[in-house]
Amino acid sequence: MFETIGEMFKLSFVNRAIIVGSLVSLCAALLGVSLVLKRYSNIGDGLSHVGFGITTVAVGLGATATLPIAIPVVIIVAILLLKVGNNHKIKSDSAIAIISSSALAIGVAVTSVTSGLNTDICNFMFGSILAMSISDVILSIAVSIIVLFLFVVYYRKLFAVTFDEDYSKAIGLKTGRYTNLIAILTAIVIVVGMRMMGTLLISSIIIFPALTAMKICKSYKRVVIGSGIISVFCFLVGIFFSYVYNISTGAMIVIVNLILFLLFTFLDKVIKE
Amino acid sequence: MSIIKIENMSFGYTNSSETLTNINMEINEGEFVAIIGENGSGKSSLIKCILGLNKIQKGKIVVNDRIGYLPQLTEIQNNFPATIEEIVLSGTIPDNVFKIFYTKDDRKKAEDVMKKLNLYDMRKKCFDELSGGQRQRVLIARALCSTDKIIILDEPVNSLDSKVVSGIYDILNDLYKNKGITIVMVSHDVERCIKYCSRIIEMENGKIIKDINSKDYKKKEA
Repeated sequence: MFETIGEMFKLSFVNRAIIVGSLVSLCAALLGVSLVLKRYSNIGDGLSHVGFGITTVAVGLGATATLPIAIPVVIIVAILLLKVGNNHKIKSDSAIAIISSSALAIGVAVTSVTSGLNTDICNFMFGSILAMSISDVILSIAVSIIVLFLFVVYYRKLFAVTFDEDYSKAIGLKTGRYTNLIAILTAIVIVVGMRMMGTLLISSIIIFPALTAMKICKSYKRVVIGSGIISVFCFLVGIFFSYVYNISTGAMIVIVNLILFLLFTFLDKVIKE
Repeated sequence: MSIIKIENMSFGYTNSSETLTNINMEINEGEFVAIIGENGSGKSSLIKCILGLNKIQKGKIVVNDRIGYLPQLTEIQNNFPATIEEIVLSGTIPDNVFKIFYTKDDRKKAEDVMKKLNLYDMRKKCFDELSGGQRQRVLIARALCSTDKIIILDEPVNSLDSKVVSGIYDILNDLYKNKGITIVMVSHDVERCIKYCSRIIEMENGKIIKDINSKDYKKKEA
């Protein structure tokens, strides 16, 4: 096993994937705690579809760098979706379903009339560790540092808004600002992580680590830290097996997350009994 | 001195219908006010207007101090993974100060409040492991961390058993009588409101139909 790990680290694309993947997994897991607790779990799925749609449109229009186009569009959609969540006239799950299926349909239609379903598009759909270029790595590191910095700075306020939004508003917190912050950071993490995890699987690294951590951690701080550790651990194990058995990276990471979730659910039940 | 003043206020969840009509009231420092009335009379809507959670359509509301708020237990996520200490501390958060960590003062304030409400020894316990009465004490402690002037409570004893209800009223009575905290409480429990509160406001169909002190209210009811 150590020989295989050593062999992996000799490959530059694997090193790039490990750096980006670890950072994105960490950021996704931290944001995931708030999203899961605020019952916005589906938003990650919706945003990744929007990310796919806009990326294929950008590629179809001949853009070489897709991230600078995809990030602002996905941020706008994320803010709109969270606003819909607070509007009782429209059900937020319906809005997410409409937006995600429409974005995916646009993406597929644009692909059909332009490049066709080539390797690039498949990588966007299912993820690939080969997809990370040096510019992606630099952008991902920069974005992840910003996300981590903002998360730490606003940790207390994000906790207050996540636990009880009405109370936070009543004592004078600008809750809309913090909800938007969660939306913006989530959108960025999804777009950055999409290339490696794939459109169809990226939302799982937001949801799984938080849910797994909640099975055994009994304080918010521990859930946040535990979620981050679980996420990075699952990513590293996932990428190892993905390399060894030549399985799609995104799929392998989700499978490791699922196994850990089931294991922690079992442990939680045993402890309670 | 007036701490909350409402003048000619109207509010509706839609533009076509009014949930609250022409509300005028003033709450002074040191009062213990109960807002009573049937379901749908507009009690909770009124306090949400005071707290700024409902946007009023007409009139004005002047609030002269920071308010601590105790929402209905049903509005709180009971399975939230946070300790008592984390929740109580969250009451100290101000919006205008760029502070990453809780200060010594914040921690001292939370510690004092938790000791006062007999929560300190169990401060590391998770919120989802607590009984209904313990959860209400945690939320009162959080409200007291936000302010020591006025707290507004929305049906604080709803669905709690009678022994726990007495305990909650004792805490509120102590805050009102011994700490001078102004309390505004929405309740269905008229008997206890007469016993503990200094003033009773009764609502019906979105209007205030009675606003008198509790002794006079008791005489009228008799």
